[in-house]
Amino acid sequence: MIFETILRIALGILMLSILANMYRVVKGPSGADRVQALDSIGINLIASIAAYSVLFHTQAFFDLILLIGILSFIGTIAFARFIERGVVIERKR
Amino acid sequence: MAIFFIFIFLPFLSAILVPFLYKYLNRLVHTGWFVLLAPLFILIYLLQYIPSIAAGETYQYTLSWIPTLGINIVTYVDGLSLLFGLLISGVGVLVIIYSIFYMSKTREALHQFYVYLLLFMGAMLGLVFSDHLLVLYGFWELTSVSSFLLIAYWYERKSSRQGALKAMLITVIGGFGMLAGFIMLIMMADTYSIREIIAQVDVIQNHALFIPAMLCILLGAFTKSAQFPFGIWLPDAMEAPTPVSAYLHSATMVKAGIYLVARTTPIFGGSSVWFWLVAGVGVITLLYGSLSALRQTDLKALLAYSTISQLGLIMSLLGVGSLAVYFGPGEKGSLFTVATFAALFHLFNHSTFKGSLFMVVGIIDHETGKRDIRYLSGLMQVLPVTFTIAMVGAFSMAGLPPFNGFLSKEMFFAAMTELTHVSAFGLDRLGLIFPVIAWIASVFTFVYCMIFVFKTFGGKFHPEKLTRKVHEASFGMLFAPIVLCLFVVLTFFFPNVLGKYILIPALTSVLPMMPISSTDLKISAWHGINTELLMTIGVVVLGFLLFRTAKRWIRLFRNYPQTLTLNHLFNKALPSMEKRAASLTNRYMTGSLRHYLSYIFSFFVMLLLGSLLLNYGLKFDFSNDASITLFDAGLVLVMLIAALTVLLTNHRVVAIVALGAVGYMVSMFFVIFRAPDLALTQMVVETVTTVLFLLCFYHLPKLKKDIERIPFKLSNLIISISVGLTVTLLALSANGHKLFEPITAFFERAYELAGAKNIVNAILVDFRGFDTMLEISVLTIAGLGVYVLIHQRSKRRKQDETE
Repeated sequence: MIFETILRIALGILMLSILANMYRVVKGPSGADRVQALDSIGINLIASIAAYSVLFHTQAFFDLILLIGILSFIGTIAFARFIERGVVIERKR
Repeated sequence: MAIFFIFIFLPFLSAILVPFLYKYLNRLVHTGWFVLLAPLFILIYLLQYIPSIAAGETYQYTLSWIPTLGINIVTYVDGLSLLFGLLISGVGVLVIIYSIFYMSKTREALHQFYVYLLLFMGAMLGLVFSDHLLVLYGFWELTSVSSFLLIAYWYERKSSRQGALKAMLITVIGGFGMLAGFIMLIMMADTYSIREIIAQVDVIQNHALFIPAMLCILLGAFTKSAQFPFGIWLPDAMEAPTPVSAYLHSATMVKAGIYLVARTTPIFGGSSVWFWLVAGVGVITLLYGSLSALRQTDLKALLAYSTISQLGLIMSLLGVGSLAVYFGPGEKGSLFTVATFAALFHLFNHSTFKGSLFMVVGIIDHETGKRDIRYLSGLMQVLPVTFTIAMVGAFSMAGLPPFNGFLSKEMFFAAMTELTHVSAFGLDRLGLIFPVIAWIASVFTFVYCMIFVFKTFGGKFHPEKLTRKVHEASFGMLFAPIVLCLFVVLTFFFPNVLGKYILIPALTSVLPMMPISSTDLKISAWHGINTELLMTIGVVVLGFLLFRTAKRWIRLFRNYPQTLTLNHLFNKALPSMEKRAASLTNRYMTGSLRHYLSYIFSFFVMLLLGSLLLNYGLKFDFSNDASITLFDAGLVLVMLIAALTVLLTNHRVVAIVALGAVGYMVSMFFVIFRAPDLALTQMVVETVTTVLFLLCFYHLPKLKKDIERIPFKLSNLIISISVGLTVTLLALSANGHKLFEPITAFFERAYELAGAKNIVNAILVDFRGFDTMLEISVLTIAGLGVYVLIHQRSKRRKQDETE
């Protein structure tokens, strides 16, 4: 019971941090800030999914945790390349 | 039985043969000689029916067509259809003989001409013999189409095409109205057969659709028979070759409306609406036609307006004759039976003299190269035979003895004066209008008949005004009008032969409820000094005076402003309709996708919200809903912020990032609602989409990369908010209204049924695998589409480089 309460508190804190990240997404000021914030939202999502999995007593979301890890990495790389070079996928000539 | 159909369809059968005959034999023999056989056979065949029809028999033949729908070609031979059948085939024979000499063997496309003419003849025969309403309509439209083809026979002339178009538009609109009327009749009586409908006349007269059906059918009849104000197509149809004008636009097609009115008189006659419409419009047409004819300088146009006027005369007589149905058998009724009889008599007379007059104009045109009365004069010396024919025809039209027009005009006056003694239908007050208008119109009829004869044939001969050397037409060309003239004169001296054998049987079919004795309906040229005779004398005297002084007052008519004519109205109305339609279409078909989307969305809102409100569909039931945790609320808040950012940002990368955030939150919701597969897919798709958006963003043209904020538009705001509101309300009310238990219990047995522990996957590939297969094809198509688009583009680029 206490454990569950702790988990719920943790979820609340994670929520707050997602909101805080959202503030960064909206506010900016530069593109890199926003991408950073999105990446951070991804990490927060991983944490909250993990907390949910414990709360629900299920293993069904473990794949998702891994996937978000990979995808937020890919997404951040894509944005980074875009900001750096203006292109996501370069063409070999 | 089969023989009857072979004869009726003989024109269609020979129309198939005509092009071959033209191709192989026209060099030797004029194609018209072969074509002549069809109406000749039909005429001879139909003549055999006269004795038995006159004895009161009728014949019915059925040819099965679509028996399961009750549509069969039912033909019914009675007095009325036989009268029309004889006119069609008889005048047809004469017109074809005339056309053989009128149409050049070498210069004209005879195969087309005769195919159209035969089509028309067959359609007209089918029309008058049909007992089945829908078959009648079919033939009716076929006459419109073949008439269209014939008017535009010289299709390289602009005026021909315009005349054909006008005739087509007006008659087809009328025909369409008539179809609606027929369908109403069929609904009321539950049968297709005209005779069975007549038998159920009591049911129909008390039906709510009685008046609408009548109006629709009358629209068809009035447009076809060139009644006021639909008559404007007839003068323009004079662009057709003269044999066509003589045949279609004087003797046959324009009488189809008359036929229809006569045929439906037993159904609709006796009602005041019918009387006032038919008789009233007829009399107005009579006056309008005779006044307009005076203005014309072109002989054919003069004859066209005189046709309109004479058709109005026949129509008004039919209207007056319908009073016989109202009064029923008895003395009063039989007085008006005479009016219908006069209508049929004049119908026959008009076909004879008008046919001959058109042929006369054709001869004048053929011999002098002109048909404008301002160029013609003194043709009496050079064209004596033609003059005689023209005189006979025109005097008959004017209503002079000893020609048949005199008899029918006397009967017309008699019928019209009779109206003043009637007290029904408000005629006690307005009855005097009819004889007065009729008399005035007859005076003008007399005047234009005189103009027709004496302006062209009288006076001095001026060969210098004419382009050709004038000499009398060949006998072949004169043959047909001479025969018609013989009829004109013979009918005057022996009217009762025609009356007994043809007109009285026709009258019996128009007024089947009246006892008709041939002694009552004896036509006599002299029946003492009475009102009619005095009226005729008045017509002649006043008409003569007016004709002598014509030079002074006819200018009034000629200078009558063109802008006030019905023709002008039609010619103006058509382009303005087109313009308005175009401007209306241009107003909403702007080519802007935004506008179309706003139409779609507003319609969506109106339809859904409207039906929700009207059907009291807005009922919310939150009792079964799960409770909301703080985390859920927080997620919704994040999504809201992200979505608003997408809307309000002024940089596209921000919008893309915020959209990605929305997608991630959605996948989080899938987690909360325990849908791991959906969450996985959502995550992947969201990432890929974001990357794709970045790709698209990179390829935007440089100039427009820095956008401002999305411009604010109040209408867009209203539409978007109302769409969101509608969907929310709809979803909430749908959630509260579960009509039955969901079928998830079945899918929970996935392991025993499909051997799968993952229900979602079992549904996707096992229970409902078809959807998955098609979605795979959708993805394939999308992939191929993208490949093709990119590939085509790079190919084009390469071509540009080589250029």
